Amino acid sequence: MVSEEAAERVRGMVDAVYRAESRRVLATLIRLLGDFDLAEEALHEAFTAAVERWPAAGIPANPRAWLVSTGRFKAIDQLRRRARFDASLQSLADRLGDGVTAAPDVDDEGVEDDRLRLIFTCCHPALPSDARAALTLREVCGLTTEEIARAFLTAPPTLAQRIVRAKGKIRDAGIPYQVPGRTDLPERLDTVLQVVYLVFNEGYSASAGAAVTRPDLSAEAIRLGRLLVELLPDPEVLGLLALMLLHDARRAARTSSDGELVLLDDQERSLWDRGQIAEGVALVERALAARRVGPYVLQAAIAAVHAEAATPAATDWAEIVGLYDVLLRLAPSPVVELNRAAAVAMRDGPEAGLAAVDAILARGELGEYHLAHSARGELLRRLGRRDESIAAYRRALALASQEPERRLLEKRLHGL
Amino acid sequence: MKYLCLIYTDETLRQNMPKTEMEKIVAEYFAFGDGIKKSGHYVGGNALQPTHTATTVRVRNGKISTTDGPFAETKEQLGGYYLIDARDLNDAIQVAGRIPGARLGSVEVRPIMEFERP
Repeated sequence: MVSEEAAERVRGMVDAVYRAESRRVLATLIRLLGDFDLAEEALHEAFTAAVERWPAAGIPANPRAWLVSTGRFKAIDQLRRRARFDASLQSLADRLGDGVTAAPDVDDEGVEDDRLRLIFTCCHPALPSDARAALTLREVCGLTTEEIARAFLTAPPTLAQRIVRAKGKIRDAGIPYQVPGRTDLPERLDTVLQVVYLVFNEGYSASAGAAVTRPDLSAEAIRLGRLLVELLPDPEVLGLLALMLLHDARRAARTSSDGELVLLDDQERSLWDRGQIAEGVALVERALAARRVGPYVLQAAIAAVHAEAATPAATDWAEIVGLYDVLLRLAPSPVVELNRAAAVAMRDGPEAGLAAVDAILARGELGEYHLAHSARGELLRRLGRRDESIAAYRRALALASQEPERRLLEKRLHGL
Repeated sequence: MKYLCLIYTDETLRQNMPKTEMEKIVAEYFAFGDGIKKSGHYVGGNALQPTHTATTVRVRNGKISTTDGPFAETKEQLGGYYLIDARDLNDAIQVAGRIPGARLGSVEVRPIMEFERP
C-alpha cells in the first residue's frame, strides 16, 4: 500500500516532470509516430500512465525515456485497436511496431534535435504566416489554444481551426520533420526568426486592448529565443535574443503610471532592467565576434548603444549612425532610413536631420507613415519653426491609428 | 510522395521571345527533364499549348456547355506540368526550384491525393 502522502508527493513530481519534459517528449513522439495528433494523444496517455504507476513503482531513473516509450506503445496499441475497424491502419501500426523492442532514440542529443525539428516544421514557409506563430506557441511552447487566441485577440474557434489546418497541411503536403540542410538553412532560419520576432512584437507593441496579457507573449518569445540559442547558436539567433532582451529591458519605462506611451528620450532610465541589458550586451558582443553580421545583430547593437547610455545626450550617436549605415546596406528600408535620420539629427543637429527626413518623404515612400511626420514635427519644433511643426504633427495625428500613439501626438501638439 | 508541379508563366512572354532565347529555354527544360529522370524524381510531364487553344467544359442540368478559353483571367497562365515522386515537400521544393519556369513565373507544388477504391 502506498500512503496518501507518498502518492501526493509523486503527483507533485509528475507535475514537475510534465513542466520540464512534456515538450521534449512530444517532439520525440512526433518523430517516432510521424503524426502530430497521434503524438499529442500519446503524450497525454503516457502522463496518465505515469500518474497511475509511479506512486507504486517509483519514478523511473530516466523519466523522459520512460514517457517516450510508454507513449509510443500506447499509440501503437491504439492504432491496432482502430485497425480492427479500419484495415488501412494495420500497416501503419505494423510499421511503427517494427523494432519497438529496441529502445527508441532518446539520448540527449537526439532529443534536442527533435526540438529543433519541431521548430523548423512549425515555422515551415509552406504554412500560412499566421499559422506558423500559432502552431509554434501551441506545439513548442505548450500554450493552450485559448491562451494563444487571447494573446492574438482572436476568437478561440478561429485559432483552433488555423492550427488544425496547419497540421493537416503538414500531413497532406508531406512537410518533413527535419532540420534543413546547409543550403536551405539560412532562408529557413530567417522564417523561424521572423516567427519568434513576430510573437515578441505582438507582446511588445503598445496597441490598446488586452494589453495586460501581452507581456506573456514577449516572455514566451524570449524563452523561444533562449531555446534557439541553446540549439543553434548562429550569430543572427544570438542577435535576435539580444534585441528582444534589450527592448524588453525598457518595458517598465515605456509606459507611464497612467498607461501613456513614453518615448526613449523621456524614459526614466533607472527603471531599465540592468540584468537583462547586461545579458543582451554580452550576446551582441558574442554575435559581433563571429564577424558575420546580419540585420538582427545590427539592430541589437543599436539597442545596446542606447541601453548603455546614462542619458540621451550621452548616447554615442556617431556609433548609432554608423550601425544604421551598415544595416541599410544589408537590408535597405525607408523605415530604417527614417531611424537613421533621427540619429543624424542627434549627431549633427536638427537641420541635418530634417534634410534627411525631407529627402525620404520627397521620394514619396513614407508619405502615409505617421512616424515620418511626427519626426518632422519634432525637428521643426527644435528649430523653432512652430507653424510648420504644428502642420506636421497634425498630419501625423491624421495618419496614426493606435490610441496611445494618438494621445502622445495630441500632447505634443498641445505643448507647441 | 507524388507531387504535381504546375508551371505558371506569362504566355505573352513566350510569344514575344526572340528565337535564340526560346531555344535556350527549351534546352534548359530538356536538361532539367534529363536530370530528374536520372535522380528518379520524374513520373511525367508536358508543356501545354497556349490558353487560346483551351476549351472549358461544364455539365449543367445534364447538358454539356462549352466555352472558349480558360476559366479565369490571370496574369500568369498554366503552361505545363511535371508529375514527380519526391521524398517529402522539402525535396519537391528543391526539384520545383530547378524548373526553368520558376525563374520566369512561378511553380505551384501540389501533393497528389490518394484514394482507396470504395
